[in-house]
Amino acid sequence: MATARKAISPEQTNLPFAYRQYSPDQLRDVLRKMYLIRRFEEGAEDSYMRGLIHGTMHLSIGQEASAMGICMPLHEDDQITSTHRGHGHCIAKGADVKRMFAEFFGKTTGYCKGRGGSMHIADVAKGNLGANGIVAGGIPIAVGAALSSKRMKTGKVVISFFGDGANNEGAFHEALNMASIWKLPVIFVCENNGYGMSTSTARSTAVKNIADRAAAYSMPGVIVDGNNFSEVAEASQAAVERARAGEGPTLIESKTYRYRGHSKSDRNRYRTKEEIEDWITNRDPILLFETELKEFGIIDEKGIEAVRESVKQEIADGIEFAKQSPAPELSDLGRYVYTEVA
Amino acid sequence: MDTAVRELSYAQAIQEAMALAMEADDRVFLMGEDIGVYGGAFQVTGDLVERFGTDRVMDTPISELGGAGVAVGAAVTGMRPIFEFQFSDFATLGMEQIVNQAAKMRFMLGGEVSVPVVMRFPAGSGTGAAAQHSQSLEAWLGHVPGLKVIQPATPHDAKGMLLAAVADPDPVMIFEHKLLYKMKGPVPEGHYTVPIGKAEIRREGRDLTIVATSIMVHKALEAAEALAGEGMDIEVIDLRSIRPIDRDTVIGSVKKTSKLLCVYEAVKTLGIGAEVSAMIAESEAFDYLDAPIVRLGGAETPIPYNPDLEKATVPQVPDIVAAARDLVKGVR
Repeated sequence: MATARKAISPEQTNLPFAYRQYSPDQLRDVLRKMYLIRRFEEGAEDSYMRGLIHGTMHLSIGQEASAMGICMPLHEDDQITSTHRGHGHCIAKGADVKRMFAEFFGKTTGYCKGRGGSMHIADVAKGNLGANGIVAGGIPIAVGAALSSKRMKTGKVVISFFGDGANNEGAFHEALNMASIWKLPVIFVCENNGYGMSTSTARSTAVKNIADRAAAYSMPGVIVDGNNFSEVAEASQAAVERARAGEGPTLIESKTYRYRGHSKSDRNRYRTKEEIEDWITNRDPILLFETELKEFGIIDEKGIEAVRESVKQEIADGIEFAKQSPAPELSDLGRYVYTEVA
Repeated sequence: MDTAVRELSYAQAIQEAMALAMEADDRVFLMGEDIGVYGGAFQVTGDLVERFGTDRVMDTPISELGGAGVAVGAAVTGMRPIFEFQFSDFATLGMEQIVNQAAKMRFMLGGEVSVPVVMRFPAGSGTGAAAQHSQSLEAWLGHVPGLKVIQPATPHDAKGMLLAAVADPDPVMIFEHKLLYKMKGPVPEGHYTVPIGKAEIRREGRDLTIVATSIMVHKALEAAEALAGEGMDIEVIDLRSIRPIDRDTVIGSVKKTSKLLCVYEAVKTLGIGAEVSAMIAESEAFDYLDAPIVRLGGAETPIPYNPDLEKATVPQVPDIVAAARDLVKGVR
């Protein structure tokens, strides 16, 4: 028996996608997760400043709607490959911030048992095959995961997150071409935050829109406002449906902005304070989403305050868990290089 | 148990191993450039596409980096890909995925995944293909923890080690010398494996140990045979695996013979000969040495096109005979 679509009243048809697609509970949860990403990043940054985390990290503050919008239509067993700026993707795919902090603190309770750190954060059980330190390194791997899905008929869809810098790597070209000729269930998500480290897309990329490159691979190329959750989720939903139907890949360009520098060594000399301020003040993804939620009566100021409080507590608990967790034994240095024979 | 043994070529032995692996396990499939109807640049896949179809004998575009990455991604998510690089030289194009991804993914993720991918590399000189289609790059990959790197020298081992590689949970890189593809040898029917990481003593002797890899095993055996006529008793070890490396067999042999000659086709400097020499120098076998260790490797030059120059680039039987004779006679 065919399922009848839910009746939509005339005023609802004018609502943005997310407000037609998701329940108020789901939408409030999206807001909570966007806060969780931002506060996680801030907590990681603070822990770094305090010397609790070493190395470096790449923060995704400002890109929360992009991570959440793309992951919202996914099933738990769908898979993603992520980037060096991958903390948000990891949380959006369902990771526990406790184990993420533990990983950043280099502890055995971390997702990678302290071997990967920020740049290789993963959560295989939730379908996150890992962030990648090599720009575009994860794109062919996502295509391989999609090939497994097709061959083993698991129905899984694979998301390959990458940045604007990756679209100039050879791996991007090779992987998108193969995904298209084999009609694989993979979605290429370019989070274009305007800069590959210090080099702007205008200086590095011959096309105005990275999505324009989709034409070269005979796949749809979609541009979305990466700071608008609903717009991102709508594009992701369409691409997921296309992938699940066996119609092949889609390239989504999610135009967004990172507030922080590329990494901890960045002096921010390639962009103006005014530019950064403008994005923070006028286009903040959390602020925009919050405003919409209030407008549609899904949450009020008190509700938002409760979300912020519960996120604050979860972050504090996560950092405490990481602090208290045991460090790896030095004698275990050689573990996980090869599969241990039982 | 089927123990019938026939003569097969090295290429046929590999093909048989791949067919057996695909018959036994639906997850096993082949990827590479022109491995389908063309049969592979060296006819190693041959007509397998007719038996297994294009889904399991997949032609890829000319995309070594992307192709290697797709194989890695498929391996991590439950498949068992066997990826053929058309020439081992093209490993340079796939190096990112081999070295940064395949080798490290299990480690970086704290053991949460394994990467059971097999990559095959037709390698070596002697075909007149000049500098970009004749290299021996196995030591490059042998330098990378997380990879296993093997060089079967006989049809028997080519089949058994490939089947061991497919069963292995970690990435295994197989270097196959192109001049061996047509070499025939006894190959048992049915499934068997030859363990990765175990050298084989091809000829026993008391006067000198020759440690050789790949095609050099056969040249070393020929040299040993010639020197037997002069009363010299030479041991020849086929290393077979360079990561992991079989220390015990090599050290045990040198303790017995007190002399070591390493023979390999790759460029001599910073190669497998250096590793084997250092292994002996660092071991208890050092005290047994009666002469300096000698290495015979490729010249410090790209592989040239001219056939005489090409031959002169890599060790030949007379070079091995001369070096071995000098060592045994104490001239060195």
